[in-house]
Amino acid sequence: MNGFLIRGCGNMKLKQISVFLENRKGRLWKAMNVLSNAGVNIRALSIADTSEFGILRMIVPDPDMAKGILEENNFVVKVNEVIAVEVMDEPGGLDELLGVLNQADINVEYLYAFVEKKTDKAIVVIRTEDLDAGIETLEKGGISILKADDVNLL
Amino acid sequence: MIYNEKAECMSAPEKEELQLKRLQVVVKRAYENVPYYRQRLDDAGVSPEDIQTLKDIEKIPFTTKSDLRDAYPFGMFAVSTDDIVEIHTTSGTTGKPTVSGYTKKDLEIWGEVVARALSMAHATRKDIVQNCYGYGLFTGGLGVHYGGQKIGCTVIPISAGNTQRQIEVIQDFKSTIITCTPSYAMYLAEVLEREEIPKEDIKLKAGVFGAEMWTEEMRAEIERRLNVSALNIYGLTEIIGPGVAQECMEKSGLHIFDDHFYPEIVDPQSLETLPEGEKGELVLTTLTREGMPVLRFRTRDITALRRGECDCGRTHVKMDRITGRSDDMLKIRGVIVFPSQIERAILKIPGMEPHYQIIASRPHHLDELEVQVETSPALFSDEVKHVEEVRKSIEKHIHDEIGLRVNVTLVEPRSLPRSEGKAVRVIDKREF
Repeated sequence: MNGFLIRGCGNMKLKQISVFLENRKGRLWKAMNVLSNAGVNIRALSIADTSEFGILRMIVPDPDMAKGILEENNFVVKVNEVIAVEVMDEPGGLDELLGVLNQADINVEYLYAFVEKKTDKAIVVIRTEDLDAGIETLEKGGISILKADDVNLL
Repeated sequence: MIYNEKAECMSAPEKEELQLKRLQVVVKRAYENVPYYRQRLDDAGVSPEDIQTLKDIEKIPFTTKSDLRDAYPFGMFAVSTDDIVEIHTTSGTTGKPTVSGYTKKDLEIWGEVVARALSMAHATRKDIVQNCYGYGLFTGGLGVHYGGQKIGCTVIPISAGNTQRQIEVIQDFKSTIITCTPSYAMYLAEVLEREEIPKEDIKLKAGVFGAEMWTEEMRAEIERRLNVSALNIYGLTEIIGPGVAQECMEKSGLHIFDDHFYPEIVDPQSLETLPEGEKGELVLTTLTREGMPVLRFRTRDITALRRGECDCGRTHVKMDRITGRSDDMLKIRGVIVFPSQIERAILKIPGMEPHYQIIASRPHHLDELEVQVETSPALFSDEVKHVEEVRKSIEKHIHDEIGLRVNVTLVEPRSLPRSEGKAVRVIDKREF
């Protein structure tokens, strides 16, 4: 299983899939239903919504497979890269992380978080405007970036 | 590739002489055999003998769709039904259908004009014509059928619909010419791509597309995706069916078969005849039809006429691609909008497909125009702001084209209706 590995970038980047959702009853359910029938286990999920449409973003074990299945069902899907960072599941965890990015003037497009089951850590998925700059800054700031394989084991 | 050189390359004086002779005959025949025309001409104080020059046609009152409807079913026939060998009707989408009756000779003429049309797409007896126009009361299917057979093409009367079967036939029968609506051609291209049909299995070289309005942008798209020359055919049931006019490979206007159909352009409001090259409503008179002669029929189609010899060698007068229909025409806050303008705007954006729907409403006593557009992978992004930018850029393109602000809504792919005949582009929810 190497679904999270990104060629040429070490394995500091994670693949995320985004799905266009029309603002219409039952569309989110339909997307979930398609993935569920294909046995896809969603590791993390967020929805950006506007009055007109929604964007469903997910971390799944095999993004290319999930993309294929969704496209067969007429969804528009995009695979792109994000950064996953581990922070302590306690007050201030996110503060430190964003402080590092802020000081380096790195713009965050969006982020979402999920809590690990087995440890006392939380995982934060971040999309910075410039992904490589984001990774570099976080590494310099001593923040531990999760490798694809790490996330895979969650 | 000129099917009937004598008729299609006739000199102007020769043609005008022929047109006048035929006009005099057809007016006389209509007057003597169709009570409707006798009444209309009598009311206008015009007798068939008053037609001394082609210009005298302007003395004859117009025939409208509702006149034909009032004569339903056989009131416009100039011969006994014993001599009518075939009947077609319009779809009746705007009301009761209008009926067209053909004698044996009318069918000969129909075959002849469609043969000329298909020859412009370089059809010969070696070609396999996949005719996806509907067979039945609709004129599309049988009209192309007669023309194709007249040339000696192998005609596949597959009719409309059943896309899977169409795709199989394209591959297995090696069709070289396809005839259908342009929106169905787009749909076929989409399915061929989705099913990853190998290019070498597709032998299509030309398409003769009509029965609905389309644009130059759509032509480019169809030509690229289906790898064919996409040519425009024009016709209407009231006059004969497909084969009133057809584009040659020069693709610079449609040649009207003006030895059989006499065209005029009038101002749709004042009904004055407009000078050559000016845009207005096309009016047609059948010069040779026996079963149902039609004098000065108002087609509601907006175009302009251009005379002079074409590089293809034909002298048939040319009409521009139809840019609007007075019926399709939407008036939004007083501004005239044609769906074709919105299509042109959408297709200017790279990666956009012409799958859209226009919804007119009047929520607070003010007209609003919503355009629903299908999202495609090329437009989509994981970031809201990028998707918003795309949506706004579509709005801007449409605004630039029609001069009105519209609301663009992005919808999921393949969620808008794909009609296999005429695409449903406009939904008008306003109550007047």
